[in-house]
Amino acid sequence: MKAVQDSLLAPSRFKVWEPLLWLLAFAAPWVFPGHALIVNEIAIVALFALSLDLILGYAGVVSLGHAAFFGFGAYTAALFAKLVMPDPLAGLLVGMAGATVLGAVCSLTILRGSDLTRLMVTLGMALILLELANKLDWLTGGSDGLQGVVMGPVLGRFEFDLMGQTSAWYSLSVLLGLFVLARRWVHSPLGATLKALRDNPLRAMAIGINVQLRLAVVYTVAAGVAGAAGALLAQTSGFASLDVFALDRSADVMLMLVIGGVGWLYGGVLGAVVFKLLHDVISGITPQYWTFWIGLFLVVLVLVGRDRLRKPWSWFGKPKAHGESA
Amino acid sequence: MLTLLFDGIAYGMLLFILAVGLSVTMGLMNFINLAHGAFAMLGGYLTVVLMQRYGVPFLLCLPIAFAGAGLLGAVLERTLYRPMYKKPHLDQVLFSIGLAFMSVAATDYFMGSQQQIMQLPDGLRGRTELWTGGPFELGMGHYRLFIIAVCAALTVGLQYILAKTRFGSRLRASVDDARVAAGLGINVNLVFAATFAVGSGLAGLGGALGAEVLGLDPTFPLKFMVYFLIVVAVGGTSSITGPLLAALLLGVADVAGKYYVPKLGAFIVYSLMLVILLWRPQGLFVRKGGKS
Amino acid sequence: MSSVPIVLKTEGLVKKFGGITATQDVNLSIAQGARHALIGPNGAGKTTLINLMTGVLEPTEGRITLEGMDITRMAPDQRVQRGLVRTFQINQLFASMTPLETLAMVVSQQQGLGGRWWQPLGANRKVVERCEQLLSLFRLTEVMNQRTEVLAYGKRRLLEMAIALACEPRVLLLDEPVAGVPAGEREELLHTVAALPADVSVMLIEHDMDLVFDFATRITVLVNGAVLTEGTPQEIANDPQVKSVYLGHSEELTHG
Repeated sequence: MKAVQDSLLAPSRFKVWEPLLWLLAFAAPWVFPGHALIVNEIAIVALFALSLDLILGYAGVVSLGHAAFFGFGAYTAALFAKLVMPDPLAGLLVGMAGATVLGAVCSLTILRGSDLTRLMVTLGMALILLELANKLDWLTGGSDGLQGVVMGPVLGRFEFDLMGQTSAWYSLSVLLGLFVLARRWVHSPLGATLKALRDNPLRAMAIGINVQLRLAVVYTVAAGVAGAAGALLAQTSGFASLDVFALDRSADVMLMLVIGGVGWLYGGVLGAVVFKLLHDVISGITPQYWTFWIGLFLVVLVLVGRDRLRKPWSWFGKPKAHGESA
Repeated sequence: MLTLLFDGIAYGMLLFILAVGLSVTMGLMNFINLAHGAFAMLGGYLTVVLMQRYGVPFLLCLPIAFAGAGLLGAVLERTLYRPMYKKPHLDQVLFSIGLAFMSVAATDYFMGSQQQIMQLPDGLRGRTELWTGGPFELGMGHYRLFIIAVCAALTVGLQYILAKTRFGSRLRASVDDARVAAGLGINVNLVFAATFAVGSGLAGLGGALGAEVLGLDPTFPLKFMVYFLIVVAVGGTSSITGPLLAALLLGVADVAGKYYVPKLGAFIVYSLMLVILLWRPQGLFVRKGGKS
Repeated sequence: MSSVPIVLKTEGLVKKFGGITATQDVNLSIAQGARHALIGPNGAGKTTLINLMTGVLEPTEGRITLEGMDITRMAPDQRVQRGLVRTFQINQLFASMTPLETLAMVVSQQQGLGGRWWQPLGANRKVVERCEQLLSLFRLTEVMNQRTEVLAYGKRRLLEMAIALACEPRVLLLDEPVAGVPAGEREELLHTVAALPADVSVMLIEHDMDLVFDFATRITVLVNGAVLTEGTPQEIANDPQVKSVYLGHSEELTHG
């Protein structure tokens, strides 16, 4: 009995290195104050990647339009700060709520159809929102973006400073909070049913799972988390522009997740760190041709096998035979 | 209004030629190839370079564009694409996006990022106006007329090949069920390779033809990828009449939308696609009993 | 006729695919506590019938009732929640999950905990106990922590069955449960099924006649989508129509 229970509970227990990792993350803006802005950026995209992992890694939905929710959260939070009140946490909640509602509506679109259909539908939603934001320029500032979003102090006490330390800690806190919740989620019975749904929707139905409802629920939740990331971006950078909806964003975040590893929650965090660092390094060398090297990386990554990225010992040597588990 | 219809049809036929290769390979190899636009771009740039630097006449460039893109397609299929067929869709998406990115950056590097200007031969410039002043006035640009003619001829040719030749029946068998087709002695690998090459070649031809109408710059594959995918998603992958009708619908909707409601622009097209896919997730024109 | 209640009934069930009629006017009743077998040559439409009963396919005509309730238009997952469970002829498992995870998930779902997101999967004592029972019953304890995709075929087939039982079925439909299972383990597997409590009604599709006659108290014969005849094993064994159907496909009869 104990052995069985232990096996079941093992994945949900905190590993030793986890608190250490978070400690390091929170220490970074203090130890490297000049890099606080980068830390902030990484925290935001890590949160975004986390939200994508919820649907891609844990429910098997391939989406090229996840930026729709990111962008919606960004604009909602920015408008809230400008038009209603500049309190960051209130804005964050409103941004999340807005993205969640949008997610619930959009979830109706991904319930049926093949992978290609889903790809198109998710892409289409993001593009529609991009167009809408562009055309409704009296509200969103159009292609100029929404400028001058001035935020009040976090919790009434911590002012956003120019160095970006407050931003970094703010974003890291939100990331940590949502991460812990996501962790509970994926290791719960609900998370297990989502994995089942990803692996074999036919059988999932045959054991009494309402597949469509579950899919809609996870899509909605992932949208909310993406919205939180978008809200953080708008709040910490002080503006929102159309590129929050762009295909680039959706593609980049998918890439990040793939680099870090799909389906193990920390993949988003790891991928965000690696991606940002890579981006800065490569852009420093060849600023214009980042796209080329990223493209090459992707091609090689997929040809070689996504899983091997996480196992450096397998980089040189014969590829594993098909059928061995990853 | 008729002029709009005419322009929309020309646009739609062009889209069809560009996208038909994608549709067939999607149905045949179950492979999502987001780099398809790169072959079109190749055809366009090949034509521009040949015309501007070597003075090759436009009409001759067209078959060269077809051959060039087709050749590249055949080579890539054999080397890079083939190992990807069995991989999950996510991997295919990542792979082809990677190729697309590479092609965009490489083209930018070698050719610069400006729009390429296509010099049409004199015979294809000009316009014919019919029934001017009346409600059904029709202005037909000669180039667009040319496009319609070429694409219509190609469509008829494709349909003939598919329906009446042995290769066509092998192709249709392989689309229906590749394993069974192989079991019947059909060289499925060869069918895949040939189909991919022809599809890429057609894209190249479309790119050359369309450079004047759609514009040509290094971001072409990414800009138009969405439109190609719309054609395939709405038109389905089990026939070529499906994508044809979808492309025409898309072409007319886009042209009409931009004319009547310019404020909304591409919004109309995306919304239309969304509505159609929600209503019929398998696409508008799926053959009964065929694989979705 | 006995007065044993009928748990699953089809009335005039018809399924057409375009021009082909796969299921023709099938009237089938499964009694409470039944040990019922469905036999027939390949292509007779046995799996189609199960697909219709479980809601994977929609009937062209006819009615299906489960314990008196009309389920003809009911979604597949809801039928499972009402106790109608099936296994698949070809294993339908969850490749990336271990047998333990799989069973824990199914048991949690069955006990109404499938929607809980704040508790870890192994927290509920009753769930863990039931998993332990099932693992032991189906000899999966040693492999409980291995990912399903690396399991041997025999173990996978056992898992397939274990999943169905984890759903606490009231009516269990088994589609060729012992196909591919080594000869020595087949009887055991079916013995486990036959030993289920009397209020679980079982219908089984099977080709192995020895097993069928061993297990079943009632047999329905399906040919070309229609019910040829129905009766006790004795009646079926002596029925000349059945003999001619099987002698026409003699490999069926001798296959064991």
